[in-house]
This record gives sequence, C-alpha cells and structure tokens, in this order.
Amino acid sequence: MAHVEEVKAALEVSASEARAKKSRTYWMRVGIFSAVLVVVIVIVNVFTHGNFLTAGNLTNVLRQITYNAILAIGQTFVIITGGIDLSVGSLIELSGVVMALFANATGLDGVALVIATLAVGVLVGGFAGFVNAVPVVRLNLPPFITTLAMMLMARGLAFKLSHGQPVALNTHAFDAIGTGYILSGVLAPLHLPGIPIAVLWMLALVAVFAVLLTRTRFGRYVYALGGNEEAARLAGIDVVRAKTLVYVISGACAAVAGMLLMARFSSGSPNTGIGNELQSIAAVVVGGTSLTGGRGSVVGTFAGALLIGVLNNVMNLLNIESYTQEIVLGAVILLAVIVDQLRRKYVAA
Amino acid sequence: MRGIEKSFPGVKALSGVTLDVNASELLALVGENGAGKSTLMKILAGAQPADAGEILVDGAVVKIGGPKDAERLGIGMIYQEFNLVPDLGVIENITLGIEPVRGLFLDRVAATTAASTVLAELGIELPLDVPVRRLSVAQQQMVEICKCLVRKARLIVMDEPSATLTDREIDRLFELILRLKKSGVAFIYISHRLEELPRIADRVTILRDGKAIETRALADLPQDEMIRLMVGRALDAHFPELPPVAADAPVMLQVTGLKRGNRVNGVSFSVRAGEVVGLAGLVGAGRTEIVRAIAGADVADAGMIAVDGTLVRVANPRIGIAAKIALITEDRKNQGLVLGMSVRANTTMAHLEQFTTRGFIDKRKEDEATNRSIAELRIRTPSDEQLVRNLSGGNQQKVVLAKWLIGDARVFLFDEPTRGIDIGAKAEIYALMIDLLRKGAAIVMVSSELPEVLGMAHRILVVREGKICAEFSHADATQEKIIAAAAGVAA
Repeated sequence: MAHVEEVKAALEVSASEARAKKSRTYWMRVGIFSAVLVVVIVIVNVFTHGNFLTAGNLTNVLRQITYNAILAIGQTFVIITGGIDLSVGSLIELSGVVMALFANATGLDGVALVIATLAVGVLVGGFAGFVNAVPVVRLNLPPFITTLAMMLMARGLAFKLSHGQPVALNTHAFDAIGTGYILSGVLAPLHLPGIPIAVLWMLALVAVFAVLLTRTRFGRYVYALGGNEEAARLAGIDVVRAKTLVYVISGACAAVAGMLLMARFSSGSPNTGIGNELQSIAAVVVGGTSLTGGRGSVVGTFAGALLIGVLNNVMNLLNIESYTQEIVLGAVILLAVIVDQLRRKYVAA
Repeated sequence: MRGIEKSFPGVKALSGVTLDVNASELLALVGENGAGKSTLMKILAGAQPADAGEILVDGAVVKIGGPKDAERLGIGMIYQEFNLVPDLGVIENITLGIEPVRGLFLDRVAATTAASTVLAELGIELPLDVPVRRLSVAQQQMVEICKCLVRKARLIVMDEPSATLTDREIDRLFELILRLKKSGVAFIYISHRLEELPRIADRVTILRDGKAIETRALADLPQDEMIRLMVGRALDAHFPELPPVAADAPVMLQVTGLKRGNRVNGVSFSVRAGEVVGLAGLVGAGRTEIVRAIAGADVADAGMIAVDGTLVRVANPRIGIAAKIALITEDRKNQGLVLGMSVRANTTMAHLEQFTTRGFIDKRKEDEATNRSIAELRIRTPSDEQLVRNLSGGNQQKVVLAKWLIGDARVFLFDEPTRGIDIGAKAEIYALMIDLLRKGAAIVMVSSELPEVLGMAHRILVVREGKICAEFSHADATQEKIIAAAAGVAA
C-alpha cells in the first residue's frame, strides 16, 4: 500500500497549506473588521459628543440586548434545523406570569425561591416548546404554523392567568438578578460601574450553547438535520429527538429571558413580549445564520443582537425619533443579509 | 466551443476545451466523473460563465450571458434532474416562460395549440390534464424535449438521459432522437453507457481531466479504446475475480417473509459471510424497497430479519446500524450526504459516538479517521474541511462509503453503487467490495446494470412485482435468462 503513504503525505502538505491559508485570510478579515470598527466607533463617538464610548453607556447596551440575545440563542438552534419559532415572544410573557404567580404563592425565599421559580419557568417554556415540536416531528407540519398557534395560545393564557394586569412580585429575592451589579466595589475607584448580573446570565448562556452547538454530537446533529434531514435519518441519527429538543431549548431560553425581565420589573407582565420573536429572528439572521437551515452559530447570533443593540443605542444618543429608528433598523437588517450573501458568493467563487 | 476554460476554488475544471457539432449530428460526450462534462454543458447553456474561450453558433461568435441567451440562440438543455414545475401540467410546463398572452391574460388556447402541435409532430401522447409529477420519468423527459422544441432549439444537450429509463423507454427515446436528427436538430449527448452510443452517435468527444483529448467518428473508435482514453490507462478486466464463498461460511443475513406495502410482497433469502447476492429486476420491481426495509429506512409490515443468527426488529435506521447493517443508498445527494457539511462531518456522521469523549466531539480523532479514509479510498479533496458539495460525483460516493466503512457493519446493502460514476471509480468500488468480503461481510447489491450483476455477484436473485421470481448462480446466469425472468417471460 505504498500509494496510501504517498497520498497521506500529499494530504498532510495540502491540509497544512490550506490551514495556513485559512488562518491568514482569517486574521486578515479580523484586521479589516477591527479597523472598520475602530473608525466607526470614533465617528459615532464624535457625533454623540463622547456619550457613546462611556462605560456606563456600553454597560447599558449590553443590558438592553440581554433578553433579545437569550431568545435569539434558542431561535438559532431552531433556525439551523430549518425551522422557525414564532412563539418565543409570547412564552416570555406566559413564563413570566406563571413564575410571578408561583413566586408569590410559594413559601420559599432567597436563592431557593429563585431556583424553584426558574425551574417552573423553564418547565413551562420547555413544555410549550415540546408542544410546538410534536406536530412538526410527527405530522411534518410546518413549524411556522405550530409556533404561530402557540404564540396566540400562550399570550391568551398569560392574559387569562394575570387577568390582563402585571403580576407584581411580593418578594425581593429577584432584585439582585434584575438590577444588581457585581464587581461594583472593585470597579468603583476606577469610576466604572459594575457588571449587571443579567449580562452575566447572557454571557454564560452564549458560552454554554455555543459549546453545545459546536462541540457535541447533539450540535452536529442539529446541523446535519438542517442540511439534509433524510440523510441524517438514514445515518441513524435520532431526528425526532434532536428536532424536539431544539424547540424545547428555544422555549426554555424564552423562559430564562422571561425570568430576567420579571426580575428587572419586579413583575410578570402579559404584554412585554410583543414583537420579540421577530427581533430574535432579526438577530439570528444578521448574525449569519441561514433561514434555510444547515448553517449558523450562536456567537454570530450574539454579534447580531449586539449590532442591533448598538444601532438602537446610537440612534437614541443622536436623538433620532423612533419612527425613523425603525426605518433605519429595517434597512440595516436587509443590508446585513445582502452583504453576507454577497460575501458567501464571492468566497465560494 | 473553442478554448473554454473554467476554474473553481482549488480545481481547474476545464482547460482549453474545443468541440463542435453539426446540424443533424449527435456528438457523444464521454469521460469520467469530474472530467468536466457537466461544467462544459452548463457554460454552453448559460448557467455558468466561462473564464476564457468563445462559443460560435453558425460561424459567428456569440456571448451567452444567461439561459435566456442560450434559448434565443436555439440551444436547449435537458439536465439529468429535470427542470419541470411538478405541480403544473404538461402544457403549462412546455410553455413556461414563453406563455402566449392576449392582453393581460394567458391565452390558453394558443398555449394548447403550440404544445399539441409539437406533441403531434413527435407522435407523442401525454396526459395533458394531470400535474407532471404524476408522469413517469420517461414521460417527463418527453416534456423536456417538447420544451426545447417549442423554443425552436436547433441544438439539444442531454445529460445522462437514459440513466433512469427502462430498456423499452430507451428505445422510444432513441427513435425520437433519430427522427429529430433527420429534421436537422443537433445533439450533444452525455452518457456513461458506452454500449448504447453506436445506436445513435455519429462522433465522440472524450473529456479527461478538463481537456478534450480526442474527437473521432464513432465507427473508428472501438469501445475498449474509448474506455482506455477515458481513464488514461487500459482496464484489462472490468470486474475483479470474486473470491469463492467458504463452504462453512455462516449465514450473515437471513430475510424471511418480508412485506412492505404493495412493493415488497413476501421476500425471503439469505446471504452468507463473504458472499455477494445481486438483486436484478426492472426499475420499479421493488428491489430498492427490499433493501430499504431490511435497513429500517422504511418499516416493514411483516417478516423477520436475522443478522448473524440474531433476530432484529429493524424499526428505524438506528436499530439497523446497531444490528450492523449498512445501507448505501442509490440517491447520494438526497439520502446519502449532507452537501453543505464537510467531508469530515459526513464521514463521521453515522458513528459520532466513536469520536466522543466525555460528551464532547474529539476533533483530532475525527480528523485522523477522516484522513485515513481519504487516503484509503483515494478521495480527491483538498482537505477534510472541504464541503462535500464541491466534490465530483465519484468522490461524493466515496465519502458515502467512508461513512459506512468506519463503522463495524457486517451486512452491506448497496443500492446501485456505481450509478453515474466513472469507470475508474467503479473499479475502486468493486475492489472495496472484495475487500469487505475477505473480512467476512455479507453484501446485497441492487443493480440495473446486468454486466455488473453478472460480474460481481455469487448468486443473482431476480425481483418482479415485489417477489423473488428466479435465482441463478454466478456460473449459470446470463443476461438473457435474467431479462426473461425479470420481464416474466419463459426463457
């Protein structure tokens, strides 16, 4: 088998060359990206009279994107399988109301209360995701329809349970999560605020789910499923389980976002999530995930949510009125997707 | 076409290809997979731009910037996967894009007249009131031909038109081609089935590694020389010698009373370790359905399957794989591969548990195994990170094989293992099957190519209407006997 050795040697060479080339273009891209970023930041900072580039404002941006980023993480999994989850906005509300009612009714307090409440919320969100998934995996119904139905049902249920009013929390156990900072003691002498605890939740979830998607069998199956479901099934992949899990994850992410929102406003409200499903889809798409499935990443989604957040922030600082803001945001989403598509085309050719 | 060049990332697909075709002539274009045939034709049809070179029609240089240009110049293209709208009818498909209108509205009468005129000229009868997805493959092909003719095509390019047709349908197709040739239409005909060329072709152009290496009148080009030119070396024998099955070889696969819908009607057979059983029969006889039911790709309604003496209820592909059954499907793009994933991800897909430590995928292990497969199967790819989409057909098929070979399967079900792949890759796949036999595997091979069944199977089972209707040993079998049994006539 002399030829095998030769081929192997040749492969080694070409593989290492390809790797070197890949890393060169990678670093070149990072360089260009950073340079553009710096220029944009400087310009923005000048126009906003230095209000953009302050620690307080940047912290603010991060906190504002927290909920959308967490929703978008779950949405990323769903979209990579070629599906879509329209119910996440409503599930924020439903899980928020249920968690508030639960927290008020139970005798627990402190960390135990937080853990129990979160568990209840994740159960509600996860179960709703499961209900979303069953007709999709069993009857091959389009997820657009099943999650649209869930969006209506969950919102209705949230209103019913809360009688249309926000359910105020009668405990302070969630205050730290909602409005607290860590490291503020350490950073105060430097005239810096601490890091919002909600932001840490977001970063932790990004890290965990990024690893889940890129480093585990489940993550690989999510891509395979989105790329070619029949080939995945014939390769022995449990398509039903992987697909179901994806919707459960999305529902659970919505519940975590719901908990953070509830903590922030000390109440579970039935109408806080309107439009959030579309915001999350926007973050996913701007982050480079393909709506036709098979391609995408959690880190990209985080970048997408960040980009949208920064844009909103800058427009606020520039005192641009809210109607104009929506027009700009829509245009930027479109532009981002167009640029991504063109880049792919040129990279492929 | 003169001096056509085209490169893809990492691959020079075409370098300086020149070919010509005259009116009333059929030029056969042959070559191994990856030789550049499809790319060349896509350039001609305006589906892809060429990097260099020029195209002349009637002696004048033309620019083909898109499919519309090609259409205007009288070039019609019929791809292997048809370009029909499945839910529209025959008339709507034939006139698609050139619908006659009266004012703002579709002129249905004119459309029907245009379509039926062409159908009548060709002497074809097609049901006009059903969506084309309900038509047979052969009928859909007729619709494609009509589409070209309604657009006044003077050159029709056909990519592997006979690959999915039955012998009768091929006869009708060839009759039609000959008739059109007489009326002045030129053809470029891409095929792997060299034996059919003498019936229709006038000249042959052979492509190898992106170059047109030879163009000759078919009469001056014997088949063995054509094959030699295609692969660049002489193939002394098409099929390797089958190692005999040991007298005491255990039964590896036992199928008893297998039923599934109306396509598999009580099939029983067994395969011993080291044995190849060929399933022959007409298209639609139920051969694919049999192997799919064995592997759990479809769930059987009744019947028993035993692997190495142990009964298994194969309710889904996962159980099949656990029972050491590997199904290499016929349709690799839709069922065998995830085209948008890398060679590595596709290779390890069915056995990821082997590459997982403590819940995480071990990429180093994956890389090692994939590169080993790439070397052993001689998969031509720049690296294991390459997307499978960018590989040629033969190399894609090797990735499918790699996926199953890294497991520990003992029963291999090959469904048309060499369809649409070139002779060189075919020989490699046969060698691989022999290798599997030596290691004690049992093989079931579905094939529509009779020489392949005759050359590569110890026993041949002929399937008709979902049942096994005849069995031949390697020594007794002849093409005539198999065809007779498959068609249900006494030999």
